[in-house]
Amino acid sequence: MIQLFKPRAPTEDHVLLRWALTLLALSFIGVFLILPLALVFREAFGDGFAAAWTAINEPDALSAIRLTLITAAIAVPLNAVFGIAASWAVAKFDFWGKGLLVTLIDLPFSISPVVSGLIYVLVFGLQGWFGESLRDHDIRIIFALPGIVLATIFVTFPFVARELIPLMSDQGREEEEAAVSLGASGLSTFWRVTLPNIKWGLLYGVLLCNARAMGEFGAVSVVSGHIRGLTDTMPLHIEALYNDYQYVGAFAVASLLALLALVTLTLKSILEWRYADEIAAVHHH
Amino acid sequence: MAALAPALRWRNPSALPGFGLSLGFTLFYLSALVLVPLAALVIRPWEIGWSGFWAVLSDPRVQHALKLSFGASLIAAAINTVFGLIVAWVLVRYRFPGKRLLDAVVDLPFALPTAVAGIALSALYARNGWIGQPLQQFGITVAYTPLGVVMALTFIGLPFVVRTLQPILVELNRESEEAAATLGATRFQTMRRVILPMLAPSLLTGAALAFARAVGEYGSVIFIAGNLPGVSEIAPLLIIIKLNENDYAGAAAIGVIMLALSFVMLLTLNLLQAWTASRR
Amino acid sequence: MKRLLSTLFAVAFLTGSTAQAADITLLNVSYDPTRELYKAINTAFAADWKGKHGDNVTINQSHGGSGAQSRSVIDGLDADVVTLALAYDIDAIAAKGLIAKNWQTRLPENATPYTSTIVFLVRKGNPWKIKDWPDLIKPGVQVITPNPKTSGGARWSFLAAWAYALKAPGGNADKARAFVQALYHHVPVLDTGARGSTTTFAQRGIGDVLLSWENEAHLALKEQGGDQFQIVYPPVSIQAEPPVSIVDKNVDRHKTRAVAEAYLNFLYTKQAQDIEAANFYRPRDPAVLAAHASDFPKITLYSFAEIFGDWQKAQATYFADKGVFDQIYKPGQ
Repeated sequence: MIQLFKPRAPTEDHVLLRWALTLLALSFIGVFLILPLALVFREAFGDGFAAAWTAINEPDALSAIRLTLITAAIAVPLNAVFGIAASWAVAKFDFWGKGLLVTLIDLPFSISPVVSGLIYVLVFGLQGWFGESLRDHDIRIIFALPGIVLATIFVTFPFVARELIPLMSDQGREEEEAAVSLGASGLSTFWRVTLPNIKWGLLYGVLLCNARAMGEFGAVSVVSGHIRGLTDTMPLHIEALYNDYQYVGAFAVASLLALLALVTLTLKSILEWRYADEIAAVHHH
Repeated sequence: MAALAPALRWRNPSALPGFGLSLGFTLFYLSALVLVPLAALVIRPWEIGWSGFWAVLSDPRVQHALKLSFGASLIAAAINTVFGLIVAWVLVRYRFPGKRLLDAVVDLPFALPTAVAGIALSALYARNGWIGQPLQQFGITVAYTPLGVVMALTFIGLPFVVRTLQPILVELNRESEEAAATLGATRFQTMRRVILPMLAPSLLTGAALAFARAVGEYGSVIFIAGNLPGVSEIAPLLIIIKLNENDYAGAAAIGVIMLALSFVMLLTLNLLQAWTASRR
Repeated sequence: MKRLLSTLFAVAFLTGSTAQAADITLLNVSYDPTRELYKAINTAFAADWKGKHGDNVTINQSHGGSGAQSRSVIDGLDADVVTLALAYDIDAIAAKGLIAKNWQTRLPENATPYTSTIVFLVRKGNPWKIKDWPDLIKPGVQVITPNPKTSGGARWSFLAAWAYALKAPGGNADKARAFVQALYHHVPVLDTGARGSTTTFAQRGIGDVLLSWENEAHLALKEQGGDQFQIVYPPVSIQAEPPVSIVDKNVDRHKTRAVAEAYLNFLYTKQAQDIEAANFYRPRDPAVLAAHASDFPKITLYSFAEIFGDWQKAQATYFADKGVFDQIYKPGQ
């Protein structure tokens, strides 16, 4: 009782307000984020674990999982390398057009996934720029793995760069310049000075990039060809199962991806929690 | 590292190596994977000329779809601004059990695939869904209406506002708040006149990000949208429809329009961020 | 002597089986509802071919909206055969030079091994008492049908409704248009494909009646529970003809013409016609049709060619940009 009337610090909110806002925040998150997640698992395992397992263990599902993993395994490292290169160029040097470059790098982030797929059809499709010559050489890009990888790279393009550019800009150049003046080569400087400083940002970027790469739907849907067992990634396979009335199966595969999402979030949180001090240190140079 | 040729005077000389390599690779990757394909998109509508392009733009169905996509995204961004602020505030300023869990969950829309979100949301808000059913009692239908589209887009955009605000809130200078309190301002007044103005730029940035993301969203919306032309048809779907009618130029035209609007959005965003930085 | 014979047999068997045991792959690009059908057909054909020629044939399937699939093939999807929902979608591919222009005359019955029609799927007990086309526009009735722009089945439904109104006593083009317009104003959601609509109706509980392919309706009953829905056959409907063809440019490049042609010919054999009937597609073979008469009620089926002429005209009039369907959806009408 007395606590209600305890004088509070001038920058603290009234206890009732705190309760109200906290409840409001929790309900909002609960309704908008937790419920859909819960529904995925409920639908997947509603008929028991065995039913879900059968759906996942089936050949088309397994090849979809394989395709998703391969796509991510190609797209994520490429985008990571790009992210590092771009942020090195942007953060450590001054040049004309830097702002434009950053805006261009951000571009795929706000383009509709459907458009992202469409552009590759316009370039590599049979009615597009290179389609005829590709066909003559029997090279398949669209409706095959390369097309899927390209569309995925496009959509997840900015993730690592976006994470690293502000981080590296924030960190400045003094450490690298010191290393160079002490005689270190470029590569050595990068490896021993820069990389340790950016490793958390790099990890976040890669985690998010990976999650998005495995889950991309719209862009891949346009370039995939929907060939069962060959060019269906996991999200497309989910749609296919959904259309086949196999709801348990669809949600079972979906739950795999939802699980991946949860793992991503958990990893990110653990990193933030355990290495909070280190992260704070590299942020505030 | 070799001495810089005088022709490269467009940049400040630096002691650090690797400029040529990193910039070169960056530009190559960017061009090959992003710019060239985008060029294909921009060039394609010109097949049908300005008049054709204009015809696409002035088609009521296209306008409706764009209005829906942009309108619903605006509303969703507004909802996320309000609730995102609340969530960020609660996460930064308060302590309660499960706070870390809440913090982690906020990133779910980033990590969850759009198709999964799509089928989950459409099942949730369907007439016989967990949320859809009680709402139905009040006569509110969510699935297959523009309202459903807004719900899905709110899901998508939530992390943007929260994650943009959090670092700012953490670093927020308490002194101004304390000063206002000692000068006799109520908490509410302090909130309105001291805190909110300080947060405004990042709020805007977060909202703009959420908006940009929502506009082009396909996977999470397509299962819950009604797809009725002129009512609940989103722009990305219209692109696909045109594509399937072999109207590549029309599809590309809509794509270009959305691209142009996104680009303007992004530019504004970057300018906003520059303005924010200069104000600090 | 016996030993000689058995050795000869062994040699003949060995050389016979190892000489040609190749692995052949075909890609069948098909429309939305035929998943189950082609799963069964492909198994049967593979066994048949293996028995006759000894090769292992694997047939990959791709399914999607008929229009979307047609577009994919045009964009380079390497189909050996296409089995789509309507002739226009194959014509579009032929127009780009990938299929010979005379494709429809290369196989019997206009290159259509099976036909189908459009029926109504309603909730059990038929609460709205839907018996015929005019019942669909009774006040309050909600009709589920996919978007004709993306779904082949939806185009057949549109044309079936049009044909009904046109051929009804006192019917003419204006009345037909008015009827179809009223019909689409009763549609609360347009899914992109036939399956999407069935899901909306059966799983999400939206709508009172689903306009669907005959085989889709039967499949929905089987998969979703016959205790929840029932099929209503209107007195008249349209004879939907989903045609098939090889994709000349592709089979010549892949050197799979012989197998592909055999595959399509197989669809007309008794074995395949039985499978088609079992999957609720109306077989062309009169004997098989008669054997399954109880599954395929006799209703008046209007011929597409008689009423609408050819698909180029129909597509341009009704479904192309600014066609009748677009006009129906103009706001304010």
